[in-house]
Amino acid sequence: MLSFMLKRIAQLIPVFIGATLLVYFLVFATPGDPISALSGGKPMSEATRAALEAQYNLDKPFWVQYGLYLKNLLTFDLGTSFSGQEVSAMLGRAFPVTARLAILALLIEGIFGIIFGVIAGMRKGKWFDSTILIASLIVIAVPTFVLGFVLQFVVGVKLDLVKPTVSGSATWGELFLPALVLGLVSLAYVVRLTRTSVIENKSADFVRTATAKGLSRRRVITVHILRNSLIPVVTFLGADLGGLMGGAIVTEGIFNVPGVGHLLYQAIQKGETPTVVAVVGVLVIVFVVANLVVDMLYALLDPRIRYA
Amino acid sequence: MPENQNFNPEDGLQMSKVRAGKVSKYKIDHYVAPLEETPLQAVDSVKETGKPLSMWAEAWRSLRKQPLFIISAILILAVIVVAAFPQLFTSIDPNGQNACQLEYSNEPGRPGHIMGFNLQGCDVYARVIYGTRASLLVGVFTTLIVVILGGALGALAGFYGGWIDAILARLGDIFFALPLILGAIIVMQLPAFRENRSVWTVIVTLAIFGWPQLARITRGAVIEARDADYVKASRALGLSKFKSLVKHVLPNSLAPIIVVATVNLGVYIVAEATLSFLGVGLPGEVMSWGNDISLAQQQLRSNPMMLMWPALFLSVTVLSFIMLGDAVRDALDPKARKGA
Repeated sequence: MLSFMLKRIAQLIPVFIGATLLVYFLVFATPGDPISALSGGKPMSEATRAALEAQYNLDKPFWVQYGLYLKNLLTFDLGTSFSGQEVSAMLGRAFPVTARLAILALLIEGIFGIIFGVIAGMRKGKWFDSTILIASLIVIAVPTFVLGFVLQFVVGVKLDLVKPTVSGSATWGELFLPALVLGLVSLAYVVRLTRTSVIENKSADFVRTATAKGLSRRRVITVHILRNSLIPVVTFLGADLGGLMGGAIVTEGIFNVPGVGHLLYQAIQKGETPTVVAVVGVLVIVFVVANLVVDMLYALLDPRIRYA
Repeated sequence: MPENQNFNPEDGLQMSKVRAGKVSKYKIDHYVAPLEETPLQAVDSVKETGKPLSMWAEAWRSLRKQPLFIISAILILAVIVVAAFPQLFTSIDPNGQNACQLEYSNEPGRPGHIMGFNLQGCDVYARVIYGTRASLLVGVFTTLIVVILGGALGALAGFYGGWIDAILARLGDIFFALPLILGAIIVMQLPAFRENRSVWTVIVTLAIFGWPQLARITRGAVIEARDADYVKASRALGLSKFKSLVKHVLPNSLAPIIVVATVNLGVYIVAEATLSFLGVGLPGEVMSWGNDISLAQQQLRSNPMMLMWPALFLSVTVLSFIMLGDAVRDALDPKARKGA
């Protein structure tokens, strides 16, 4: 198990370097003169400009800039944005908000997705199953931002059940509606995945044996069918965590959530290399770590899988 | 039976002296011909009338009967016709001089203008009809590029393995770690893309982040097919390695590629709308569902119907492609066909 983990972590390194390099390169290539943006477009002396360029390493060639950035990243020094704020401080404020949002979305899609999926799978072809299948297709087909606006308008404005936008503190309660919007498309995938997996497993030999032994239907479903059906679902959920944090860019825009997506979008618009690359770097780490956790979970769910 | 040219299968019933075993006395609901009714000669004399159906012909036969397939195919055909000839469906040219009249701003629908007007007083129906082309172009061409590029690279990696495979796997990992929308926003900010924002730059951007998924799927399908006996046979008959990949392996790995490509076509249409909504996709003057939704969103509280129409058209189109993909998957998978 330990050597497997080490191997996985070693595989993580090229992915991390590749992804940050790719983003660094792309952001480096974008137009815009951050130094003149810093002074608000006012003219400045050549000496000041040179000093500022030196301070942000803008005078050095690309590879040196990237190398310095990577060195700082590994020492948890994420640098300062062009507006003089510590990137780590900005990220420190925004990250917990988006993490809460993504975890809430993951919980919603995990809990409701698995429950609906199991019921639909056990009643294949009945009305509940058909309704769930059609509803999930519709949810997948409607763009997230349309769903977001409609839910915000109906639940937040017309029915006045929740506040339509999120305050600066972004509490769990306020984040429920944005998290629902964020997780709805994945929820549809989880339902369909669980349903397929349950249908496949419910006619398996071990399920027939469990029923023949006289176990209650409840125990057969929860222990024998569900546990064996969860592997593809857990894989999906793990891979989805990174996607949720990246996809939050749209949801956070709609509900005015002060999270990573918001930060990132503004940084891209302003061409702030350190912020963009730092945020994307963190997102990449989340994505890879989530996949690592999924691999570990396999062994718990299916004892047949052993890591030598 | 070369020595018995006039063999009549009926004879077998009398001549079967050698019995293979007793027939079960229990009734079996599916018919299995008992051995004594099928003398060995009869097996050889089976007349094969016509060619056996290929996988595609078989899939087509089951597809034709599926209501899901028929509905989605009709919807997709309709969308294609609308995209190609928008002037057939509305007499108003939304690009024309008097297309928008401010005095009608945000007015509800009335005969001749069934979907009402937007903020600038443009006819919403005409805009939705003319916006079809941009969305469909993005979906179709992104899918084409992704299938050709991802398919070719995935097939090479799966078939030859080795260093191509290793590089492609790492490259795929890197792209996978970047969510589609996130990566697309960054690429759309590049000077070359920012200055030439059009349908084509959106297509290229989405294709850049779309190909690794298809490469992975193709690679898996090719690995499954490459060790099959018919591939070995083709090599033994002297076909070169590359030719056996093109002639035998690829046609037999197409099924999962087609299914994923069809579903993804819808996903790309949604992605274009999302990018346009974020202000980094199609430029504002291009008529597209994404741009119209983005415009309507600012008027959501005063005129919610304006958001509904483009969103409805977009969702129905995407839904048709997803349903088509589902139907094709069921048709190509004989296991699912029997079970359902």
